[in-house]
Amino acid sequence: MTARNLYRKGLNNVMLTLTGVCAFVTVSTLFVILAYLVYNGGKSVDFDFFTQLPKGTGELGGGMANAIVGSAEIIAIASLIGIPVGFFTGVYLSEWGGPGYCFLVRYMCDLLNGVPSIVIGIFAATVLVKPLHHFSALAGGFALSLMLIPITAKSTEQFLSEVPRSLREGSLALGAPKWRTIASVVVPAARKGIMTGVILGVARISGESAPLLFTSFNNQDWSNGMRDPVASLPVMIYSHAIAPYDDWHRQAWAAGLVLLTLVLIANIAARLILTRGTTTRG
Amino acid sequence: MKRPILAGALLPLLFAGAAAAADTINAAGASFPAPIYQKWFEEYKAKAGVAINYQGNGSSAGIKLLTDGTVDFAASDVPMTDEQIKAVKIKPLHFPTVLGAVVLTYNIPGVAAGLKLSGDTIANIYLGTTTRWNDPKIAADNAGVKLPATDIVVVHRSDGSGTSGIFTDYLSKVSPVWQKKVGAGNSVQWPAGLGGAQNAGVAGLVKQTPGAIGYVELIYALQNKMSFADVKNANGKFVTPGFDSVTAAAAAMTKEIPDDFRVSIANGPGDKTYPISSFTWLLIPSQIADANKKKAITGFLTWMLADGQKDAQGLSYAPLPAAVVAKEKKQIATIK
Amino acid sequence: MASTAAAQPGLTKPGNNSLARRLRGGDEVAWLITLLFATSVLAVTALLIGELWLGSAASREKFGFAFLSSTMWNPVTDEFGAYPFLYGTVVTSVVALVISVPIGVGAAIYLSELAGGKWSDALTFLVELLASVPSVIYGLLAIFTIVPMMREFIGPALKSSFGFLPLFQGPVYGVGYLTASLVLAIMIFPYIISVSREALMSVPREQREAALALGATKWESTWQIVVPYARLGIIGSIFLAFARALGETMAVTMVIGNDNNIHTSLLSPGNTIPAILASEFNEASGTYHPAALIELAFVLFMLTLILNGCARLLILVTTSKGSARA
Repeated sequence: MTARNLYRKGLNNVMLTLTGVCAFVTVSTLFVILAYLVYNGGKSVDFDFFTQLPKGTGELGGGMANAIVGSAEIIAIASLIGIPVGFFTGVYLSEWGGPGYCFLVRYMCDLLNGVPSIVIGIFAATVLVKPLHHFSALAGGFALSLMLIPITAKSTEQFLSEVPRSLREGSLALGAPKWRTIASVVVPAARKGIMTGVILGVARISGESAPLLFTSFNNQDWSNGMRDPVASLPVMIYSHAIAPYDDWHRQAWAAGLVLLTLVLIANIAARLILTRGTTTRG
Repeated sequence: MKRPILAGALLPLLFAGAAAAADTINAAGASFPAPIYQKWFEEYKAKAGVAINYQGNGSSAGIKLLTDGTVDFAASDVPMTDEQIKAVKIKPLHFPTVLGAVVLTYNIPGVAAGLKLSGDTIANIYLGTTTRWNDPKIAADNAGVKLPATDIVVVHRSDGSGTSGIFTDYLSKVSPVWQKKVGAGNSVQWPAGLGGAQNAGVAGLVKQTPGAIGYVELIYALQNKMSFADVKNANGKFVTPGFDSVTAAAAAMTKEIPDDFRVSIANGPGDKTYPISSFTWLLIPSQIADANKKKAITGFLTWMLADGQKDAQGLSYAPLPAAVVAKEKKQIATIK
Repeated sequence: MASTAAAQPGLTKPGNNSLARRLRGGDEVAWLITLLFATSVLAVTALLIGELWLGSAASREKFGFAFLSSTMWNPVTDEFGAYPFLYGTVVTSVVALVISVPIGVGAAIYLSELAGGKWSDALTFLVELLASVPSVIYGLLAIFTIVPMMREFIGPALKSSFGFLPLFQGPVYGVGYLTASLVLAIMIFPYIISVSREALMSVPREQREAALALGATKWESTWQIVVPYARLGIIGSIFLAFARALGETMAVTMVIGNDNNIHTSLLSPGNTIPAILASEFNEASGTYHPAALIELAFVLFMLTLILNGCARLLILVTTSKGSARA
């Protein structure tokens, strides 16, 4: 073998190995993150964390019960607003849209998707917090719904348009009106994909913290959600992580572990639904 | 589909809180007194059943939220200016609550507590002209202390802060260069250094960064077992910040406290005075429309002036002088 | 009007197309409902842009274009300038790309060319999970892992090897531009890998086979034929990652050091647009301070808009070119 060919072969082996190393590095980052959280969070999660209210600055003990409930409230509101709007927008884009208007709506959806989360928070604060004169879970939920809408709309449109035309035409041939076809035939056929999109969207917004800084703010105590600021896990993690108190760090790790576990479970569940789903689609 | 079920299951959660206590009173502002405020609000809740939610995200934020009407009352370490007061629809009243000390906490490898710093030295450090710990100016005040050649990492506030206001007010009084170049205020153009969010953020940065120095309220340094410096006062003595030296600072200035309680006691007279001491105020609207809230807030203020003051020393704040307490009681009565 | 039109069938001439008539059928109702929802998305997005534009009016009038180049940020004298934040935002994102693009494209090549189908899918899924980790958690981890590592190992090592460059001079704080860039690099891996992998996989199989048939090694075939063929998609993924990095708030705020000045050294602290918005928005009062912050938000929005637009275009062009998977 000539020297040149030896060189080429050697380069081939080196570079391909390097790409494997790159892949290894990126995948292992995920495991390092998980390991850290499980180790530090695992040490800190206890019954108190889920049931106690936070104590004042510098005092030991307490938990994040109000933040867990608060996050649930905010996500519930965001879902109540965002899922229907996103879903029906996706239906419109897939089933009815004329080319011009559809393009505009899709473009605006993409635009909304790309808006940095802090800017969404500023917008929600200007629209809901300032005029109403109080922070609230509603404002926080509204901000997060703005992030959920494009994700839901896009995945709904994508999975609806993947349903074969033959299914639609069969239903129409049997005399069903268009809306009936969509509701009873097309949407159920795409339900696994749509559900996946929704779950992924909700998982994504549940970890967001920036939009909540100016909308739901924070609360040491329970709140009634609509007229008071609300505590949330991501905001608590932020304020506790930058503080000097070791006890707060412990709680931040615990909160981080809880939050990440929920997000990862949602992502894995969505993936499982999708892969199981594709084998049954006709 | 699954959505109605999901919504139905979660709906009760939304109103779970509403069924609980009465209206929460929302307050925000200074992180300087946050430890004692949060303790007070917890005690008052146990005593009177009133929930007050206090977020210590900075004096400037407190003033803004009060001006916008987003909170029921606010807290600030620096009194409001005339323009700020005019901007609020309902005129706010200043209620001093405790006195505290802004301490210079540091993390110097090998140097324990009790580093001595003069006002001029502190100004030079924060101006960025003194850059290493073994600088002759620092060594001059600290004979016998082995200062390493480490870079000084300056830490200041990244948010608008009354603690910054007190600190820069002090620096303006002791250093003409600082006064000219930077001036006093809650948010200034810091010539150098890292920014931390609230007192906790500054303490956090100093604690993790060798060579760092930052200014925080005394309690933050104590709770985290961090070292802090003795500062030279107006009479030329190096004083350790603490309950005694802050009380001395207040005592030396009590005669000059105006009726609206807006005063700065930085760099005051007295041998035992700690020069970076300050009052901290609650900003209460002079008219509160909601009768329940008014009752709760005035009730809290009365309690704070009596029982609340007993908590001060335990958290290393100094209680209010008796003359100030008497004046404040009269001011509570003026809230409509 | 609705009832009279419906009650008089004699009026149903082909040209009589009032809304009420059309609403008689379920189809029309469904169309209207979905149209309304779609329009609400349009409306809210337009409102967002409008609020950003109007909210920044006071600042735009006072400073004009000088806002973008001024380095003053003084709430006391009401003088504001965006330059330090633009600088910090762009520098941290660019350095993040410099770190993550080689590794990301390398990993994408491995996943598309070398790894077997199931293995590739599984690994890609794991990489995409990185995108679902919330930003605060990256920040939390960074404070306790990357910051100390930077301060004790990485910073001093860079200073001793490359200290002659102004990029690596000055004290090592632990927080700063480089730390933020490292965190951002990890956060944008999934975007680069996922999209580049798709772009590489959509290169027709014939291209690779032709190269191999001519005697190229696998690496040569990949690097000289496949990657250039997919380059538009890869560049699109870079734009996408860039846009994502620019808008990142929490993780960056926690490790950038919050210094409103410009420094040449990557080891120094700085500030970015999202970080200062997070710090100051809740407390800005007066006429100009809030307006200046909203103007910063508007600038950030425009930057991400342009980058995302370019990215979508590029990705669209590549993935429509055909697929390597049968």
